[in-house]
Amino acid sequence: MRYLPLTPTDRSTMLATIGADSVDALFADVPAEAQLDGPIHGLPHHASEMAVEKHMRRLAQRNLAAGDAAFFLGAGAYRHHVPATVDHIIQRGEFLTAYTPYQPEIAQGTLQMLFEFQTQVARLYGCAVANASMYDGSTACWEAVAMAARVTRRNRVVLSGALHPHYAEVVRTMAKFTADTIADAPPAFQARPDDDGLIARIDKETSCVVVQYPDILGRLPDLERIAEAAHAEGALLVVVNTEPVALGALKSPGECGADIVVGEGQSIGVGLQFGGPYLGLFAVRDPKHVRQMPGRLCGETQDAEGKRGFVLTLSTREQHIRREKATSNICTNSGLCALAFSVHMTLLGEKGLRQLALENHRLACLAAERLAKVPGVAVLNESFFNEFTVTLGRDARDVVRRLADRGVLAGVSLGRLYPQASALAEGLLVAVTETTTEEDIDTLCAALTEILA
Amino acid sequence: MNAPNASGWKPGTPVTVDHAMDGPPTVTGNRALMLEEPLIFEIGNSETTGVDFSSPPPEGEGLPNRLGGFERSEPINLPGLSEPETVRHYTRLSRQNYAIDLGLFPLGSCTMKHNPRLNEKVARLPGFADCHPLAPIQTVQGALGVIHELSEWLKALTGMPAVAMSPKAGAHGELCGILAIRAALEARGDVRKVVLCPESAHGTNPATAAFAGYEVEDIPANADGRVDFEALEARLGPDIAAVMITNPNTCGLFERDFKRIADAVHAAGGLVYCDGANFNAIVGRVRPGDLGVDAMHINLHKTFSTPHGGGGPGSGPVVFSEALAPFAPLPFVEKLDDGSFHLVEEETAQEHHASTFGRMTAFHGQMGMFTRALAYILSHGADGLKQVAEDAVLNANYILRSLEDVLAAPFAHSGHCMHEALFGDEGFGGGLSTLDLAKGLIDEGFHPMTMYFPLVVHGAMLVEPTETESKASLDQFIAALRSVAERAKAGDETLKSAPHYAPRRRLDETQAARKPVLAWQDPPATSSAPAGTPSRSERGGR
Repeated sequence: MRYLPLTPTDRSTMLATIGADSVDALFADVPAEAQLDGPIHGLPHHASEMAVEKHMRRLAQRNLAAGDAAFFLGAGAYRHHVPATVDHIIQRGEFLTAYTPYQPEIAQGTLQMLFEFQTQVARLYGCAVANASMYDGSTACWEAVAMAARVTRRNRVVLSGALHPHYAEVVRTMAKFTADTIADAPPAFQARPDDDGLIARIDKETSCVVVQYPDILGRLPDLERIAEAAHAEGALLVVVNTEPVALGALKSPGECGADIVVGEGQSIGVGLQFGGPYLGLFAVRDPKHVRQMPGRLCGETQDAEGKRGFVLTLSTREQHIRREKATSNICTNSGLCALAFSVHMTLLGEKGLRQLALENHRLACLAAERLAKVPGVAVLNESFFNEFTVTLGRDARDVVRRLADRGVLAGVSLGRLYPQASALAEGLLVAVTETTTEEDIDTLCAALTEILA
Repeated sequence: MNAPNASGWKPGTPVTVDHAMDGPPTVTGNRALMLEEPLIFEIGNSETTGVDFSSPPPEGEGLPNRLGGFERSEPINLPGLSEPETVRHYTRLSRQNYAIDLGLFPLGSCTMKHNPRLNEKVARLPGFADCHPLAPIQTVQGALGVIHELSEWLKALTGMPAVAMSPKAGAHGELCGILAIRAALEARGDVRKVVLCPESAHGTNPATAAFAGYEVEDIPANADGRVDFEALEARLGPDIAAVMITNPNTCGLFERDFKRIADAVHAAGGLVYCDGANFNAIVGRVRPGDLGVDAMHINLHKTFSTPHGGGGPGSGPVVFSEALAPFAPLPFVEKLDDGSFHLVEEETAQEHHASTFGRMTAFHGQMGMFTRALAYILSHGADGLKQVAEDAVLNANYILRSLEDVLAAPFAHSGHCMHEALFGDEGFGGGLSTLDLAKGLIDEGFHPMTMYFPLVVHGAMLVEPTETESKASLDQFIAALRSVAERAKAGDETLKSAPHYAPRRRLDETQAARKPVLAWQDPPATSSAPAGTPSRSERGGR
């Protein structure tokens, strides 16, 4: 077996050192009735690299890769070009096969990278401090809700109706088991987000208001107004962002008054990967909230010779020290995805990110304009960044399936995201990035024209 | 001809003369291949970018703008680097890391084994890597097929009837398991308040139980490092929702009474969570389903060797008993009679999975880890996986018996260990601690073992070599650890200041926590760069 270095001779020499007759003797503590008497049922014997690769390739070929189609899916996962450098760096064994940097003297590579990552995220979000990552945007969103309850000592959460329904479902799932109550609402299917309706639901019991920016339908809520209303009642504003590229063009949530900003970082460096691993981003605007944050934090310090160095810090918040009193149970996070994000962001820089954002917006505007000309299609949004909602005048789920049969991945139907809300069934989310070509847009328009005719 | 290497030196020969501090100081602060690297904020700037776009930047008047008046007006202040500078920056940083690719990485309970490169290759096939999680089901049959096939093997390997694939890491899997337990108890109208965890449990166990709204109580360990069955049984009652027990446990021992414990917990109306962090010790030889487990997470990044990546991502699928299967979270994959795959999510769950406790994450879990883990399982096969467990246990026992004469091994008297060997700091001289020994091991070229965990042993050192180490590698590690342990017992003062040869000497963690600096602050614009930091134009040599 190519991954196992011990030879039969090694094994017998080692057993002699141990003073055991056989390997079976080493398992003497396992009760006989718990030991399998044969191999795992159905699992073949070991296989060559070539055979396994062939099997996996065959499975991969049963998927329609995004790059092989006119592709417009978003709804929390976006297809962007990832420079080749990113994958090269994250495959360096010193990053790929390192552990959590608990021994800082021999982990400065990971630690300095995390310090740079935290700073990049904090700046992008307009915040003071970002942590070293969470699993993904949806779990970061729940952690923000839990943190707001600790900070405000209140337990009523106001969720915007236009928060990604899967994020809302993660929050609802967790809240079932904690003391939190959720003030929920269906998404308002209209050109502008229902900021007034959201503000009206904030009261003196509210721990936080959770708003997505841009929202699930691609619209832009007025964060400053919502922040003001939340703060007036002593509540925190949690802003969720699922498309970090948008923040190259839009005001940062921190600048607008958000107290906790969380999001999905997958767009920068990580890739689609059928939903994971992704990258949860988590930041706070006010440094006074740092000690209530979940997850790892990397901080600057110096070594015994006075050289600058970095360590994991404030770990008295964390489970391995505080156990049941920890701010979160998270241990493993998304370190390698944080590296991918950081490398991509370093390649982009201010100039590249801005250009990327403008290119996304330009193409999205072009797509909206052309789709609006397709008979039966109307664009819902007044405002958007690189994703918007169109209405098709019929169930969008069916249209999506039929377009997929033609090799067009048209977008995400609202019917799939909101199966219980018939009012949304005709809605289709269309995302456009720098990877979308004008030809793709024309392909989508032509196919829609035919299907809707 | 003279012999080119008359001294007979070769790698592995002890260095008897300390050359490290010889030689003149350097202007750069570098020492040959030990290269210092500034932060991107010190070397980058906002005009440089390492990415070119196919069309010219869409700047200027008259462009469509649908941003609703929320345009950014302030700069973000993100530094950019060109591609060559970027590659060099991260390559230099990488060389300051220890990694499994460089040597034995004996972190107990963390399972740092070799990461097969085939797995990296298959995870990057466009059919997996370039697939959207909400793509129409008919276009992602291969991805769903991977999830289904891996689920089947995880069920077969654990002897459990159901599995939730979406949890993102071990602790997330624990949460998934405990939420299913809570949902099952509540469904029968049985509100229980307490979860029991052994003292030796990972910190994530009590943190998870508390996060799910439970009170946590400790179960004591007995003298041979296992759960004290009598104490546990005495505490069982109508308020106990579940026990969370790691098996093999964090002392590296198999919980001999696990089945008895499970039976007692079930008899008292509670449920059994098994922390599967150490499943790698028994995979292919023992099925947790045969021990009365109701839920167990499997760390794909441990047992099935998906890379740890400097702290993640992981993946923590949870296997369930029949009692918990109906409460499993969405979404999950089903195979239909025609051989195609179907996704059970909110749209379809009402019909036949109505008692689900909800959703753990936005999408399907860690697809990139599933492809790697599946390739790992198929590569090893039934015989290889069994050999994995056996070699892991053999290697750990070899270390235990090779060092028990020099390091205190508190539970070694009670029999063989499983996949990790546990030592304590008894007998260290001169006020030296486990931390000092660990830092001394760094100078010998090894990553230290897990320190001060589990909490039940004073100055604990938990050594997990894994099965992917050769005997030569183990022998060198044993020699190194023996030497450092002897120095610790002799009170060798030089250990206090170790490591001496790492990229950094000991770092001041107290200062880091007292005055946290968690993000880079640019120096004031008026002053020049801080002393010692070359400006961009002066960095000709980089």
